[in-house]
Amino acid sequence: MTVLTLALLVAGGSFCAGLLGALTGLGGGIVVVPMLTLLFHVDLRYAVGASLVSVIATSSGAAAAYVREGFTNVRVGILLEVATTVGALVGAAVARFTPTSALAMLFGAVLFYTAIRSMRRRVEHTVLTTPDEWSARLRLDSDYPTPRGRQPYSVRRVPAGFGIMFGAGVLSALLGIGSGILKVLAMDQVMGLPFKVSTTTSNFMIGVTAAASAGVYLHRGYIDPAIAFPVMLGVLGGALLGARVLTRANPEWLRKVFTVIVVVMAIEMLYKGFTGSL
Amino acid sequence: MSDRGSRVSDDTVEQFIGRLLQIGVLFAAMVTLVGGAILLVQHGRSPTDYATFRGEPAFLRSLAGIVTAALSGDSRAIVQLGLVLLIATPIARVAFTLVAFALQRDRVYVGVTAIVLALLLFGLFFGIA
Repeated sequence: MTVLTLALLVAGGSFCAGLLGALTGLGGGIVVVPMLTLLFHVDLRYAVGASLVSVIATSSGAAAAYVREGFTNVRVGILLEVATTVGALVGAAVARFTPTSALAMLFGAVLFYTAIRSMRRRVEHTVLTTPDEWSARLRLDSDYPTPRGRQPYSVRRVPAGFGIMFGAGVLSALLGIGSGILKVLAMDQVMGLPFKVSTTTSNFMIGVTAAASAGVYLHRGYIDPAIAFPVMLGVLGGALLGARVLTRANPEWLRKVFTVIVVVMAIEMLYKGFTGSL
Repeated sequence: MSDRGSRVSDDTVEQFIGRLLQIGVLFAAMVTLVGGAILLVQHGRSPTDYATFRGEPAFLRSLAGIVTAALSGDSRAIVQLGLVLLIATPIARVAFTLVAFALQRDRVYVGVTAIVLALLLFGLFFGIA
């Protein structure tokens, strides 16, 4: 295959990934690495480098739109970024000594978890307003706009959320993903933030987490221009289009399609990991 | 940045930062696009082999090397420069957030943001051996 053919095919695939990711709200980053390694036989390290760069592009590109709605809790975001950036640097350091087969199996497990989360109905928790010790000390409590005006909310279990965020950072660096699902889980289910605040704050954090490990991978030679540029431009283009047509699309049907793709990739990654053929 | 008294100005600052970052991403994407187009014209017909990892040549791995080679017109370095600008975008956002906390005289969050910024700059400028 020539450089041109590969670039066009990869750009097309990445465009679809970005589009589906934006339409389903699950993010396209998670399918970029399996696509590059399984379909195009790109080495996992180049794939992770290219994927991280595309994650930064979609996160930073979308962040402005969310900020306008006034949902992002910047204090929560920046505090938890201490955990995700440390995690990302640790993950980038560990990645070097982790065998490809182990990374493939870990990736398969994360893909399965993503599929399960995408099928499960979200349970809306009640927004608490009783202050928590850590939350009060760090002034994390805030309010967010609802149809009935601004609703105040309180943040709880800060240390537990901080711990999960460290794990999200490690996974982000090892696998070249945004770890958005884990970040939302920590804020929404563990720390008790409203769902909309969790998703927008997660998006604000994803780019910062990915930038930490992307910097390290640049120095280590994981970021190859000929692979990274079609991935980045493709995913960004797909995500921008997805954000525009979001209101006209049928998310339930797309979600099923996306889940099937993720499950197939999960099985393939686990198989390649067990047989050591990636 | 959610203290009730300064809510409006905080949102204005955040919106300004958000717009700035969107412009940053688009600018980085354009540099990457230009470099990618030249790369395909120059090297489009060469065969690829990404199945084995070799790592990038030294000049595409350091910030100084990338800038120097990009200025001399190397297409791969121009792409890499676009990608570096992209990586710098969220780091710039953290830097702006630090300034915003400093203007609010919020010492705790100036400290927290400074830690995040230091970690990011360390990764970008030095990497981990």
